[in-house]
Amino acid sequence: MNHPAQTANPVSAPQPMRSGTSRRWILASLVTTLLVALPVFSVLYLAAFPEDNIWPHLLNTTLPIYLSNTFKLMIGVSVMTLVIGISTAWVVTMCEFPGRRFFEWAQLLPFAVPAYVIAYVYTDLLDYAGPVQIMLRDVFGWQSAADYWFPSIRSLPGAVIMIGLVLYPYIYLLARAAFLEQSPSLFAVSRSLGQSAISTFFRVVLPIARPAIAVGLSLVLMETLNDFGTVDFFAVNTLTAGLFDTWMNLGNIGGAAQIATVMLTFVLILVTLERYSRRRQQQFAARDLRDPIHRFKLSPALQTLCILTCVLPFILGFVIPAAMLTHYAISYFSESWTTEFVRNALNSLFLSGTAAFTTLLIGLLLAYSRRLHDTPGIRFLMRLSSLGYAMPGAVLAVGVIIPLAGFDNWLDLKMERWFGWNSGLLLSGTAFAIIFAYTVRFLAVSAGSIESALQKVTPSMDMASRSLGHPPGKTLIHVHFPMLRGTLLTAALVVFVDCMKELPATLILRPFNFETLATQVYQYASDEMLRQSALPALIIVLAGIIPIILMSRSISQSRAFH
Amino acid sequence: MKKRASILASLAVLGSLTTASTAALAEGEVNIYSYRQPYLVEPLLEAFTEETGIEANVVFAKNGLAERLQREGRNSPADIVLTVDIARLNELVEKDVTAPITTPILTQDIPENLRHPEGLWYGLTTRARLIFTSKDRVKEGEITTYEELADDKWNGRICTRSGKHPYNIALIGSMIAHHGEAETEKWLQGVKGNLARKPQGGDRDQIKAISEGVCDIAIGNSYYYGKMLDDKAEHAAAESVNLVFPNAEGRGTHINISGMALTKSAPNRDNAVKLMEFLTTEKAQHIYAEVNFEYPANPEVAPSKVVAGWGELNPDPLPLHDIAENREAAVKMVDRVNFDN
Repeated sequence: MNHPAQTANPVSAPQPMRSGTSRRWILASLVTTLLVALPVFSVLYLAAFPEDNIWPHLLNTTLPIYLSNTFKLMIGVSVMTLVIGISTAWVVTMCEFPGRRFFEWAQLLPFAVPAYVIAYVYTDLLDYAGPVQIMLRDVFGWQSAADYWFPSIRSLPGAVIMIGLVLYPYIYLLARAAFLEQSPSLFAVSRSLGQSAISTFFRVVLPIARPAIAVGLSLVLMETLNDFGTVDFFAVNTLTAGLFDTWMNLGNIGGAAQIATVMLTFVLILVTLERYSRRRQQQFAARDLRDPIHRFKLSPALQTLCILTCVLPFILGFVIPAAMLTHYAISYFSESWTTEFVRNALNSLFLSGTAAFTTLLIGLLLAYSRRLHDTPGIRFLMRLSSLGYAMPGAVLAVGVIIPLAGFDNWLDLKMERWFGWNSGLLLSGTAFAIIFAYTVRFLAVSAGSIESALQKVTPSMDMASRSLGHPPGKTLIHVHFPMLRGTLLTAALVVFVDCMKELPATLILRPFNFETLATQVYQYASDEMLRQSALPALIIVLAGIIPIILMSRSISQSRAFH
Repeated sequence: MKKRASILASLAVLGSLTTASTAALAEGEVNIYSYRQPYLVEPLLEAFTEETGIEANVVFAKNGLAERLQREGRNSPADIVLTVDIARLNELVEKDVTAPITTPILTQDIPENLRHPEGLWYGLTTRARLIFTSKDRVKEGEITTYEELADDKWNGRICTRSGKHPYNIALIGSMIAHHGEAETEKWLQGVKGNLARKPQGGDRDQIKAISEGVCDIAIGNSYYYGKMLDDKAEHAAAESVNLVFPNAEGRGTHINISGMALTKSAPNRDNAVKLMEFLTTEKAQHIYAEVNFEYPANPEVAPSKVVAGWGELNPDPLPLHDIAENREAAVKMVDRVNFDN
């Protein structure tokens, strides 16, 4: 009885109607998935033909260190993001305290800070020449680094904290959406059966929110796994370090692709395990928007605790980095101001906006196809389409170039043969290539959250609509779409902000003379000069804030409140 | 259905929008894939455009451009690749994406040891891998060679960036060329034993670590020191160290290069050659020297006054190709002695 939402008598998903319409949905999702999976296939193809077998050397030398660092990083980031994400989501949704409305959206702000930027800022703040240690030396009269011990930020714990601070909003966002969708009556029932508030939280609320939290956590883990900027900066040698070493230093991209494949497999196993562990659960919340959430009225002490829970990650993850960036931007203004800002910002907005839109449409297509036709085949397609997220961006970029340039060159050859005319490169090296890469990379974000939200819509809704003669498309638009509005906005927001920050794939795939805000930050940051790029970095953060505020408001409005 | 059609339609529209810009690449242009930061190459390209009227277009990335060039094949828009590190240039040759080019200007401007024998690449600048020592804690002349870095007296006193960084890999590669693998591995083990902390950060961070008292000597590229002197926040740290040109009295100091290569597919080949020649001539070489504190490859051009003030550079005459050849051995050696962990 751990899972009250579990239906005693599992209702299978809506019966697939083997109508033409349904088949067209399947076909569409099949084609889309294959297109989206092309880059992943390309990487697998590279992995099949390495220049040299790297494994004997790796096994004998650094692989154990890479694996243990990777493992520790993933565990650390998981614990940190789960604790912060769930606790803040819960108090913001269920408790009444001063500043609650502000924290509802402010909790999302750290998400707008790229991990490599926060890592730099804290290093500057906490290293020997930074203000914190200078103050300590002044106070205690220490002369040099040999006189005292100070924890090094450039370490594995440092990397966990940095990555955790900017990724916990994933958990927060999805957990909060899940809490909002839960029927308050469940909570009331549990309390009336004698469970305490805390035990209700762990035995009722969390299990119901688990699919959504699991989606959030898998995104966090994938992003942690493929991070290179932060771990490289902090000299934490994870699997990605080994991957880039194999690629750049040994010139063995096949070997690098093999390491990427190992990482993919790792993620697949994790995701599968999580799903397997809740295989017998099926949750359909009959969501009644007229049933408002009654927030707890708390004692002043508990209210203070709520405020602290929310304010700490917000200050550490957003206020401090933003303040430091502002400080640098002002003192290095003359070196960093260029008139190209507006153009670069527009490029970023265009690419991110378009990618957010396409991932949303494709995510909806895939998730709904699965609802119409829940077979192992479709489920496999869904997994396949989300693998791009588990790969380091630079590797994925090469995976994108291979099919695009391959297609371009094939077409060019045909055109030359048939018409004596060369079409040249049509897709490679264009904004299309970048948007394609973003879509492949971030589809997991939108497809995952849409799927988990759709799962909670009871099939009786579909049946009612379908029995009234509405085809699947109409049912989607008129029945599911309005119910999913909050989820769709959330997904679009996350993808948008992710795209704004995306760097490695953008760098490799972009057209000539094409800059985004992230690439502009990078040209200095890559040469150990982040202060000079504080201005564009700040603008990335600010540009992320506006959609965050807008969408957070719509998410709140998607549910009636008291 | 409608949804899917609209996805496809919007993708198609996007595609046609974006390809328009590629198709517009016509005469009067030269296209560059650059592993060097735009702010470093922009002053040079601006001077080139001013002189010739040819527009220079750049894509900058730290990795993946060689793969992009390779996959784009004969249709690649890139004319020139700009990069640092001899191993990178060598890799372009191995990937068979560069074309041989020799012109009187190029061969006259660039000495033989700084270019590929068939003109598959040309060096543009050299940079020396120096040892920086604390002004307070290390006497002048206390260390004069790379070999001495393994000396016990430096136990717990050395800082460096990752052993896997191309600059360190090239240094280790040169040690292998001079001493053989076995002896170099013993040396590297010794250096590892002398490290004050786990390798981290960039070359500038090591100089800062000396000023902070974390370590007494550090390994770093020459131009970073110049850039630190130029930066208000880092000037003091740079002032706290002396420079040592290792092995200056013996075989010479290890140098690496930044360089360029013409691509096989170059659609604007004539303009590309013009740019290559421009980059080796005095005007451009002078910019390299003054803006980035590098040593010009063209012997007719003197290094900047600041750089010349650091002392005379006596470069190790070891053919750069030998260093590139030792790359794999060096990388695996760094793993074997567990240098980075």
